[in-house]
Amino acid sequence: MNIVVCVKQVPDTEALIKVKADGSGIDEGGIKWVMNPYDEFGVEEALKLKEKNGGDVTIVSVGPARALETIRTALAMGAEKGIHINDPALEGADAYTTASALAAAIKEIPHDIVFCGMRAIDDDAGQVGSILAELLGIPQVTVVTKLEVADGKATAVKAIEGAQLVIETSLPCVITAAKGLNEPRYASLPGIMKAKKKPVDVKDAAALGISVAAKAKIVKMMPPPERAPGKIVGGEEAAEKAAQLVKLLREEAKVI
Amino acid sequence: MNTLLSEKHRAIRKAVRSFCDRELTPIAAAIDQEARFPWEAIEIMGKLGYFGIQAPTELGGAGLDSLSYVVAVEEVSRSSGAIGLTITVHNSVAVHPILSFGTEDQKNRWIPPLARGEKIGAFCLTEPNAGSDASAIEATAIRKNDCYITNANKVFVSNGGVADLCLIFARTDPGAGRKGISVIVAERGTRGYSVGEPEDLSGMRANPVCSIRLYDCRIPLENLLGKEGAGLQIALETLDTGRLGIAAQATGISQAALEASFRYARERQQFGTSIGSHQAVQGMLADMATMVDAARLLVYRAAILRDEGKPFSREAAMAKLYASEISTAVTDRAVQIHGGYGYSKAYAVERYYRDARVTRIYEGTSEIHRMVIAKGILEEYP
Repeated sequence: MNIVVCVKQVPDTEALIKVKADGSGIDEGGIKWVMNPYDEFGVEEALKLKEKNGGDVTIVSVGPARALETIRTALAMGAEKGIHINDPALEGADAYTTASALAAAIKEIPHDIVFCGMRAIDDDAGQVGSILAELLGIPQVTVVTKLEVADGKATAVKAIEGAQLVIETSLPCVITAAKGLNEPRYASLPGIMKAKKKPVDVKDAAALGISVAAKAKIVKMMPPPERAPGKIVGGEEAAEKAAQLVKLLREEAKVI
Repeated sequence: MNTLLSEKHRAIRKAVRSFCDRELTPIAAAIDQEARFPWEAIEIMGKLGYFGIQAPTELGGAGLDSLSYVVAVEEVSRSSGAIGLTITVHNSVAVHPILSFGTEDQKNRWIPPLARGEKIGAFCLTEPNAGSDASAIEATAIRKNDCYITNANKVFVSNGGVADLCLIFARTDPGAGRKGISVIVAERGTRGYSVGEPEDLSGMRANPVCSIRLYDCRIPLENLLGKEGAGLQIALETLDTGRLGIAAQATGISQAALEASFRYARERQQFGTSIGSHQAVQGMLADMATMVDAARLLVYRAAILRDEGKPFSREAAMAKLYASEISTAVTDRAVQIHGGYGYSKAYAVERYYRDARVTRIYEGTSEIHRMVIAKGILEEYP
């Protein structure tokens, strides 16, 4: 079984994000980069499928030179090979362009199942997986919390408001992974050593024959407004304080 | 701080830190207070290769070099000194001497389960009357037919409470003095093998440091490690490697104290500003950061020499001496920066302060290390 996992390198959830003065993006200085956590679920699921059914796992990532580290992390977890799509023209690419780069790379290799994270924790767009499936012309099941693959088809469980959907699809297909799908493994020490020797193909937009013209662009990035200072409700008696509080909640905060 | 590290070593540091941040840091305070050995984390670490860091892959190890080893020990110790102790004792003074002095049979028998963390190793040299002077040990292992009748009272055995395999230093020839000491591998479960209650220690509390008693224990002749009478030579060679591990462990504890202090100095407000903006505190932080870097460089130097197959004994001694001495200095200043809170269990620096103290005592006290270093240098200036 040939499995492909798309991964994105994102700032660590604990990283302190600063917006660049000109609002064109974030200041990357001092940021610790990690694999998007939802993509980690995809890698884990791929490795489990491989361990059960045989085959191999290819990691594909669009990103600058530093993204190689994230590909190596997935290789250290147990994937076989990587494709690193690195082109300055793709920096800050929109979801469509990213998905077309991924699709072009994936079309060239055998793929029975393609995993993506349901969304990346940096831009929260959640579009790449779906666009990718369309470009590949294969079915997709998104936000999957449980997956079984047997007899040439995949059965996926997707959580929706108040219920669960069980969806069956033919292969190949795109699955976007949600929290709960599995518990990603850690890279083992021998795994890290092996990862260094695993092959990673580097490709640019020209090699993939894709257009880098974005369909959407970020006009401006702004930090969230600073939180206003809190207010201490004064007064002698509890009843008096409560009355004050209700008044403030109603008239100032307008929440009741 | 990473100038000496290749991409490979940086990848190891990153992976170990990511594991420790998620699995060890969150439980470190609790296992210290409960003096509990965290089997749940140990089991995962075994599967990930932490118990056979330098053991060859053919025997189930991770097959890494010494520099990777010190990087990993430092990172584990940054999260939990006690688990750092478990890892370094197991790798440096149990797995390593078996690899160096064991026969093919012994390696094939003992290393795979040790390297996978399914069995835990310990090193039993210290006795009530033999500490720094290892040649004073009283334990005996007298050859009789197909076994050594072993009697020993070993104390302060790190990992002792959970060890499956113990390297016992005992006299096989009681009349031969220093040349009559040998290493016998005793396996838990052997008749006459008993484990004492865990010591109620000041720090490293998650490590079950226990006494181990062997009473007329019949240990098969094939459990002799190396030759009869080679005990002290094995001890010395093993302790060179052991020192490197402890030096890395001390550096990890110092690093944790340093990071906590920088964070706290930024957050804590006094006189209308963060205490980090006061020169007195900055002075402490600068000294701490410099000491930690210097210690780390000494550790790396010794590890790199070892990887290059060059003599590293003195360099390992210097690294151990310096890294342990500064770890008490650094954790002491960390407590000082935290003020009253630093003296309270509410903040991790209180634990670092207790954990750091023993690094100046075990695997050769600072005083013994100074003696060894000075003697070696004096011999070069006849």
